[in-house]
Amino acid sequence: MLMADRLIAASIMALSLYFMWHAIELPIGWNGMTGGPGGGAFPFWLSVVMFLCAAGILIRSLRGKSNYSGNFFDPETLASVVSVAIALIVTIGLIPWVGAYVALPLFMVWYLKIFGKHGWTLTAILSTATPVFLFFFFEVTLKILLPKGMTEPFFLPLYARFF
Amino acid sequence: MELLSHLADGFATSLSPLNLLIVILGVTAGLFIGAMPGLGSVNGVAIVLPMTFIVPPSSAIILLAAIYYGAMYGGAISSILLGIPGASTAVATTFDGRPMAQQGKAGLALIAAATASFVGGTISVVLFTLFAAPLADVALAFGPAEEFALVLLAFTTFVGLGGDDVLKTIIMICLGLALSTVGLDLISGQPRLIFFDEPGFFSGISFLVLAIGIYGIGEVLYTIETSKSAPTVTPAKLTFADLWLGLKEVNKLWKTLTFGSFIGFFVGMLPAAGATPAALMSYGLSKIMSKEPETFGKGNIEGVASPETANNAASTGSLLPMLTLGIPGSPTTALLLGGMVMWGLVPGPMLFIEQPDFVWGLISSLYTANLAAVLVNLALIPLFVWALRMPFTVLCSIVLVLCIVGGYAPSQKIHDVWLIAGFGVAGYLLRKADYPMAPLVLALVLGPLMEKSFRQTLIAEQGNVLAFVERPLSATFIAISLVFFLLPLLKYAKKSSRARGASNEPAK
Repeated sequence: MLMADRLIAASIMALSLYFMWHAIELPIGWNGMTGGPGGGAFPFWLSVVMFLCAAGILIRSLRGKSNYSGNFFDPETLASVVSVAIALIVTIGLIPWVGAYVALPLFMVWYLKIFGKHGWTLTAILSTATPVFLFFFFEVTLKILLPKGMTEPFFLPLYARFF
Repeated sequence: MELLSHLADGFATSLSPLNLLIVILGVTAGLFIGAMPGLGSVNGVAIVLPMTFIVPPSSAIILLAAIYYGAMYGGAISSILLGIPGASTAVATTFDGRPMAQQGKAGLALIAAATASFVGGTISVVLFTLFAAPLADVALAFGPAEEFALVLLAFTTFVGLGGDDVLKTIIMICLGLALSTVGLDLISGQPRLIFFDEPGFFSGISFLVLAIGIYGIGEVLYTIETSKSAPTVTPAKLTFADLWLGLKEVNKLWKTLTFGSFIGFFVGMLPAAGATPAALMSYGLSKIMSKEPETFGKGNIEGVASPETANNAASTGSLLPMLTLGIPGSPTTALLLGGMVMWGLVPGPMLFIEQPDFVWGLISSLYTANLAAVLVNLALIPLFVWALRMPFTVLCSIVLVLCIVGGYAPSQKIHDVWLIAGFGVAGYLLRKADYPMAPLVLALVLGPLMEKSFRQTLIAEQGNVLAFVERPLSATFIAISLVFFLLPLLKYAKKSSRARGASNEPAK
């Protein structure tokens, strides 16, 4: 827990530095012409405050004044969270390529069958019903097209039917 | 009198068949979302918001408000039947709700919770109706200087009253404000903070992306950990005799309920406080005032009623500053505010003048939502008992898919979906390390207003910083902000001097 607290504080410090580096592309000081601060001032000085506070947390933790104990993760939780995060990343990566209507059902099958250890019946019902609902809700009703990727040609007859 | 005619006009809007249907749908959805352990009003609103394009804006906000209301009622259901708060706002309801359920009085507890919520909701909506127009009138006099001071005040309440680690709170406020500056500079129009030269960042980071990330994906990751073992549902039988008995019992508690409603309403208005502390305060207070405080925590019906009144009243209370001042009183109302901006409505005093139909339609819909929520709640209790048996993995898979699609739909950019995943994971880790999430979301929503009002004031005053303290109202706000900001320092100084005093004592 202590280690995680320090790591997070250090990452926030790094993030603040990155923000500052971006912010200095615009004037960060007082702009005499218009009155008031320049365009980069707001993000820059906020990042400075963020950096100082994170440094404060880091120092506090190094001086042993932190009141944390125990592990940040237990191994079982870590495994589940990491596998769900990876599945999400793979799914989002697949969407532009094979389309939402392949990637999302695949994700649901993985989540329900493998991660959730449910039966095939429930998995099949949910992972078919969800994309059908999404199609009718977003595409037919709201006219918001979800990405289809390489499956686009298969949807042409459906478009012809519903639009 | 003018108030009543406005309200009557409002009812003409909210009682239209479409809006009535929307209210009923909204409270039902809200009840389910609220009843699910882990998911509360803020998660419900974040996940449903992208789908509200289906109805016109005035109906969309009514839908979201109805979900908000329903979720407040629903939180009690899992607190009582599972012993796990359905949302953080219903934590105090478990104290007595769980023991009651274990004594076989789950049905009575559910009735008490629903009727108490109704009383809290009704009293607070009446207070809301009375306060809204006068507050909006006062706010009409606000210039950019007052706006800036007010936003500052909203943030300092987190520092002074939030109860989280002060350094972590300040980090989250700054992070949210810094993220709100991504995109184009408000004044000069120049691009800034375009990370990795990604074109997606030119349009800024939408509050919706952050909210879905944190309250959708982050929440699911967080619940994976807490929901490893399947909870046991206490059966609840409900008969008309129970209903009658419940109403009679609640009727005796009018004093607690009135207190709870007032506490809830006023505490709910503060951005840093809101429904959870309001419910805890109301619980504590009714215990102190009770003639038999020792029965609290052992299944006292008053211990169920008082927090439920307060958390419903608080949800109405937090709508007040959002609608009249444009400063949300809670993360959920911050999302409502973001949604309104997205639909082209600017919350604040001008809304009362330019869009009276909308404002009064919304206010009157709070009355109908409140009534619908109590009726749907009582009617569907058997359904909730059944739904609570649903394995968590089923719910999570659906929520995650809705997060992905809901994140994509408004902007139709896969860039936003990646950001959602990133915010989800980062939010999960930060939350585990005790970083508060509410100030982050509020800061992202209020960031543009804060920067714009700050810079507008300085441009108008030729760079004179004293402009903020020269105007009486903004000076007052800034003075109060300063007090809130110094509060934790004072506490710290007191604690360390006491610690020093304690360590000096043996030496004497």
